[in-house]
Amino acid sequence: MSTASFTGPDPAGSSTNTAETRKALRNHRFAETLAAWSLAGPALVLLVILFFLPVFAVFGIALTDWQFGASTLSFVGFGNFKEVFSDEGFRASLTNTLLYVAIVVPGTIVLGLVIALLIESGKSLRAFYRAIHFLPFMATLTAMAIAWEALLHPTLGLVNQTLAAVGLPTANWLRDENTVLPVLAVIGVWQNLGYAMVLFLAGLKSIPQDLYDAADIDGADLWLDRLRTVTLPMLGPVTMFVFIVVALRAFETFDTVQVLTRGGPGHASEMLLYTLYRESFEYLRTGYGASVAVVFLFIVVALTLIQARVMDKRVHYQ
Amino acid sequence: MAKISIRNIGKSFGATSVLKGVSLEIADGEFLTLLGPSGCGKSTLLRILAGLEVQSGGSLAIGDRVVDGIRPKRRDVAMVFQSYALYPHMTVQENMALPLRMRRLSAWQRLPLMGELLPGTTATTAEIERDVTRTAKSLSIGHLLARKPGQLSGGQRQRVAVGRAMVRQPAVFLMDEPLSNLDAKLRVQMRAEIKELHQRLGVTFVYVTHDQSEAMTMSDRVAVMLDGELLQVAPPQEIYADPDDLRVAEFIGSPKINILQATLRSDGLADASGTSFTVAAGLAPGSTLSLGIRPEAFHLVDASKDNVLTGSVRLVEHMGSDLYVHLDVPGADHPLVARLLAERAPQIVSGQTLHLGVKPERLLLFAADGRRLRPDGNTKANVLQIKERV
Repeated sequence: MSTASFTGPDPAGSSTNTAETRKALRNHRFAETLAAWSLAGPALVLLVILFFLPVFAVFGIALTDWQFGASTLSFVGFGNFKEVFSDEGFRASLTNTLLYVAIVVPGTIVLGLVIALLIESGKSLRAFYRAIHFLPFMATLTAMAIAWEALLHPTLGLVNQTLAAVGLPTANWLRDENTVLPVLAVIGVWQNLGYAMVLFLAGLKSIPQDLYDAADIDGADLWLDRLRTVTLPMLGPVTMFVFIVVALRAFETFDTVQVLTRGGPGHASEMLLYTLYRESFEYLRTGYGASVAVVFLFIVVALTLIQARVMDKRVHYQ
Repeated sequence: MAKISIRNIGKSFGATSVLKGVSLEIADGEFLTLLGPSGCGKSTLLRILAGLEVQSGGSLAIGDRVVDGIRPKRRDVAMVFQSYALYPHMTVQENMALPLRMRRLSAWQRLPLMGELLPGTTATTAEIERDVTRTAKSLSIGHLLARKPGQLSGGQRQRVAVGRAMVRQPAVFLMDEPLSNLDAKLRVQMRAEIKELHQRLGVTFVYVTHDQSEAMTMSDRVAVMLDGELLQVAPPQEIYADPDDLRVAEFIGSPKINILQATLRSDGLADASGTSFTVAAGLAPGSTLSLGIRPEAFHLVDASKDNVLTGSVRLVEHMGSDLYVHLDVPGADHPLVARLLAERAPQIVSGQTLHLGVKPERLLLFAADGRRLRPDGNTKANVLQIKERV
């Protein structure tokens, strides 16, 4: 009977077969779904507790006038956001942050790449150069900031003394509103440089030698041609990754501001995360601080999404 | 088009000597294959030819020009790599146009945006595009020009790599194991295509491979390399039928040649594996030599006598037209392999005793140091003799 269903039409047999098959298929699907949920479950629970709930809480708080420690609060709608965008301090903080990112990101990428190329091109002392350039990234920035403060001291600092010795104009680097942001950006570049360099070194190592050989034979054998034909395009994915990470780190800069300038002079060196911290924890205006956090979150998420799209389209070859 | 003269080329990496004074003349328009196991130095020799590696000693001429110390792009050579080495971020069109852009456009003209404003750029670019399209059509990859290498199959990438080499009409084609990343079927097909390409272009090809079937089917001459030395350079049939060296005989041929250790007697016969062989080696009695017998040199006989090996069948492999019979004979380390025509062989089962005869003229004799011993006393091949035999 079972062979008949294969050789000829057998409506009764085939219909029971289909029903059984369907049932087996349903059971199978159910088992798979169960396995999937039980495997993803723990991570999902943690993600909800540690990420989504706090984010929703921040959204909620941003819509109230809650002050930290207060027993009462009232709903103010988008009042906080209106205040955020009309506040000159916040706008200065946003502009400063964007400016800071605009200096730190290209500065880090270009310098990191140049240093990686230099280390890769020379044979001796590679490990030493790698280590000293990577040190700032590993060191605690708060401690390092004190060293920077000493270096930049208006009268005793090494920077001004050197400048004065060679007859160049000196400045009160951290107290002058024209120099403070660029100086913080330089420290930012210094700190992220080693990280970018290490990633670029790894990227350089993974470029197949065959491509350089092919470029030699095709006639692209001068350094600029090699760089344009092989090195830079092949570093595309690494560069995109460095861009995202350094941009996020630059947006989150807090410790140098807190230790060296406290946002001053005036609002000249105030940045988003510092504003957020001061509003929430110094002035205890938690509702207002939460709305700054929401704005901050939007900027960071938007940046990441744009970069992810670009990355998918332009720099993934294989 | 150019001939190539390789004179006493040596190459060492530190204390390791990879090439030990290789000399070779390659004729204009010849298809020469460097054949050898991995690590024998064949790729290094090719890279020295291309200018990617600098030799430690010796001299190299392409055409009538000595090219020592000359950069790869000035040597008029093109190379196809095992990995194809296509630029993954460029389309097929851009990949193929690159060698032409580098040669026909100045550094200023190659600059993005600004370069296009310079006089002559547009005309040259259009010309390059025409050349690329023509080459692509001749390789039937015209429809792939807008794709990137990541979107192509192995065979298509292979063709693009050949196209990139072809487009600037080099005097010499260098190919470094270009087929080893392809599946077996495609390899056979591309083998024929490369051979055809060589006939169509008529330029010199130097082809590196470890695959003897590629070397045998495509080449005008095969250069067998081992441990940084050239053992023999000869046409494929000569390499197979008349090897100069035991190592060449063992490397070429599948199944492998059978080697028996023999001792020469005073009456000119050599004893091996319980039988006597008629040899004409011109050696002193008592000396040892190796007898090489190709699997197809055996024929079935009825009884044991001189020039006949007797043993028991260990294994029979049916290959369709042929039978490979593995035979245990006394005194041999490995079973012998005989290749018999299936239609002429009777039913053979394992365990059966078999008598296999060898005609004395089909014996290849090698001295204890691996040198070939020929009846006329020459150590090098006599071409006339081989032609008669083949």
